[in-house]
Amino acid sequence: MTDIFSDVEPMVFKSRINVPYAWWTGETAERFFLALRDDKKIMGTRCPVCEKVFVPPRKVCPLCFHEKMAWVEVSSEGVLESFTIVKRQLAALTRKAPVIFGLIKLDGADTSILHYIENPGHEDIKIGTRVAAKFNEERSGSMQDIACFRPIS
Amino acid sequence: MPKKRVAIVGTGQTYHKSHRPDVNGQELINEAVQRALKDADLTIKDIDAVVIGNMDHFEGINYVDCWSVDGSGGTMKPVIKLTTGGTTGSTLAIGGYHLVASGFFEKVLVIGWEKNSESDTTGAITTAFDPVWDRLVFAGAISGLAAEAQAYMAKYGATEKDAARVSVRDRKHACNNPHAQLRREITIEDVLASPMLADPIHLLDVCPRTDGACAVIMASEDCAGKVTSTPDWIWTTANRHKYTYLGDVNWGELDSIAEASREIYAKAGIREPRKEIDVIELYQPYSFAGIIWIEDLGIVEKGKGAEYIWSGATDMGGELPINPSGGVIACNPIGATGLIRCAEAALQVMGKAEARQVPDVNFAISTGFGGCMWSDMLLHGKRKPDF
Amino acid sequence: MDKAAVIGVGITKIEANKIKETFADMVWEAVNKALSDAKMTIDDIDNVITTSNDFWDGRTISCMAVGDASGARHKNVSCVEGDGTFGAFYGLARVLSGSYGTTLVTAHSKGSESVSSLITNAAFDPIYDRALGMDMVSACALQARAYMHRTGTTPEQMAMVSVKNHGNAKYNPLSQLPMDITVQDVLESEMISDPLHKLDCSPVSDGCCAVIIANGKRTSRYGGVPVWIKGVAFCADSYFIGDREISKAVALTKAAKNAFSMAQITDPLSEIDVAEVYDAFTYQELMWIEAMGLSEGGKAGINLEKGHYDIKGRLPVNPSGGLLSGHPVIAGGLIRIAEIVKQLRGEAGGYQVAGARTGVAHGVNGLCGQSHCVWVLTAS
Ligand SMILES: [Zn+2]
Repeated sequence: MTDIFSDVEPMVFKSRINVPYAWWTGETAERFFLALRDDKKIMGTRCPVCEKVFVPPRKVCPLCFHEKMAWVEVSSEGVLESFTIVKRQLAALTRKAPVIFGLIKLDGADTSILHYIENPGHEDIKIGTRVAAKFNEERSGSMQDIACFRPIS
Repeated sequence: MPKKRVAIVGTGQTYHKSHRPDVNGQELINEAVQRALKDADLTIKDIDAVVIGNMDHFEGINYVDCWSVDGSGGTMKPVIKLTTGGTTGSTLAIGGYHLVASGFFEKVLVIGWEKNSESDTTGAITTAFDPVWDRLVFAGAISGLAAEAQAYMAKYGATEKDAARVSVRDRKHACNNPHAQLRREITIEDVLASPMLADPIHLLDVCPRTDGACAVIMASEDCAGKVTSTPDWIWTTANRHKYTYLGDVNWGELDSIAEASREIYAKAGIREPRKEIDVIELYQPYSFAGIIWIEDLGIVEKGKGAEYIWSGATDMGGELPINPSGGVIACNPIGATGLIRCAEAALQVMGKAEARQVPDVNFAISTGFGGCMWSDMLLHGKRKPDF
Repeated sequence: MDKAAVIGVGITKIEANKIKETFADMVWEAVNKALSDAKMTIDDIDNVITTSNDFWDGRTISCMAVGDASGARHKNVSCVEGDGTFGAFYGLARVLSGSYGTTLVTAHSKGSESVSSLITNAAFDPIYDRALGMDMVSACALQARAYMHRTGTTPEQMAMVSVKNHGNAKYNPLSQLPMDITVQDVLESEMISDPLHKLDCSPVSDGCCAVIIANGKRTSRYGGVPVWIKGVAFCADSYFIGDREISKAVALTKAAKNAFSMAQITDPLSEIDVAEVYDAFTYQELMWIEAMGLSEGGKAGINLEKGHYDIKGRLPVNPSGGLLSGHPVIAGGLIRIAEIVKQLRGEAGGYQVAGARTGVAHGVNGLCGQSHCVWVLTAS
């Protein structure tokens, strides 16, 4: 921007933010993950005021601020609300492209969750396609205990 | 004159602890918010806007204003994020003031929070400094503070023992505050015998790492009186974030608090702060600051800070109690810390500080500190401001 | 709302990689442009708001890098993290509160210095969904499909947004990607995340914008041309994408309604002359103008085909070329404000909208447009 620098060779200083993180899940998420790991169950919480069932579960209703949420089990099957097929190997991807991400509304829930849709072989899926969770044999208590959702007829 | 005068009408804090494994971030935030709403006898529906802040790299969550709405109650409301490092909490308080004073909103919920247990605090703070010039040679927050303490000691001859007296005071005060993290008295000997972290700073001279959240509800003069019979009026605010590079700092004096406080005194017509201010909640992350910064605040002359501390004037029952809450040395959820100072000052003015109450508070000051030796400040008063 | 105006704007050239300039260099340039535009000096600035993001800047307390360059050393100063429209809102609140007469607002970002996919992945909840590996592009692709499904918007219509905006950029000397392209070019460009092609996505850019806001008598003291701020509002939707009605931007609808009502605009469709909206992706331009009530529900794609959003159309949208032609995150929305200011002063040169008197600028925070800020501005 200033003339005196016009002959200066541009230099780059490389670094990274290198901070380790360990997020406490909290008791609410812990209960969700234990049910997933131990019983292959997907749990949500229902607000007694607005009667919405939230998955992931909320300790407090985000809309009513009601604190006494009730635990409910929702189905491991549901409807595909939307999806994308990621073709480029974007840096955040943890799997090899193409990867299909879906927004899935499980039966019994009022909200949807994000997850993988089984790939390959399902590029013909549509909004409205019914899908079912495919659980991993070995589960450690995370969203990855569900391998993916696969289309069902 | 502001379009609308502004008062704090409710506050809420979590019980601050080193680790809160039982809740995630949104849930921690929600605890403070629910307490503030209860304190003001309001519901989330009464809130017109949310101002929230923390330091991104302590939790590793981008767009925290958006992520936190389940806890903050910001869904389908205006939500804005302010963040300025250690000063974040006081920056949020100043932000809440302007959002109400401007006439945009009647009731604003201000939230500061941090879960420092989720990352490496020093590693994250180190990334605050210029990546090319400062980051590789200046680690964390403590090296800057040690540089300040050394410069001051060289100039005025204060000792490590003088500083220890400040730690002893704050830790004693903390015993009166159920929200404080460290609630056990310590002695001067304990401080001096604790490990040396960065000469001349011992472990017991500095703040701990804390998980916690604080929420403050601010309301315009049109409705403050309806919410509470004892509003804490915010008279005025000021801040200075003077420096970008550590090498620019005038070490041994906190220029930023000197400039900000003079602006506040001038606006409010305060001539003798030592006599006119009844209590200070000072964002004092380490003990030496308790000596140095009261000089820069104009409470005592340069070089007289230690003498004033030893006189007991800043203890509970003294001429000008400082940190009745126990301050930052007893509790430091960084993004919340400045807002806790503001909330504690409000409690003093409202007469709701319980065991830590200073009698007859007409004026209180709360401050924030952070960044590159930056300061924020708010003046709180029992009386509605006359300007 | 009390009398307030934007009295000066400055935008750097938007580029893929400003290798010779630091954050401070960019801010310095934009600030000086804004000061000279307003016919002011830095001494006339009462207080400063900088806007930045610690993740994008790779720096905790990212505002620290630009304090000197924005002239804040002896002034009251604060920092908004989020889009520049939010920074400008806080700057406006600080003059309307009566504390200050003028606010200098800056917003900067250098996308070239980090990896946008990883930065936006960090906006996903760390406990539930971050590990899936989604980012802004894949999340917005999901939203694009839901929007297309609801409204029947076609890939060709989305491509036409790209054709229009890159074409408009040819008249904007600060733009990064002026291009003569066809619908075919867009549809044949790399499919990044179906249904979004490369040319459906904005680039990652470097750039900075500065805006000066004044109240009362300060609006006309310095000799620059004030553009009046008539309405500003912002609103956030639910966080989890699965909690939202993802094909609609209900938070934007609410923000726009509030901003229009503040500005006493009852029929935005006929009263707004020009709009600069946050077109990070082609579908977003259509979705946002629909949500703001600037198009009949679900008809934005059809209106676009009819040429309604061209510079000479019924409602010119993104005549500057928009974010599709250059997208410095954080600065993105503040540039939208600055571009509307230029339009309303009749200083937009080759992309001037004839007779523009009232304009809308729009900014976004979060994934898939979770939080929106809407500005209504009018000419002197
Ligand atoms: Zn509810």
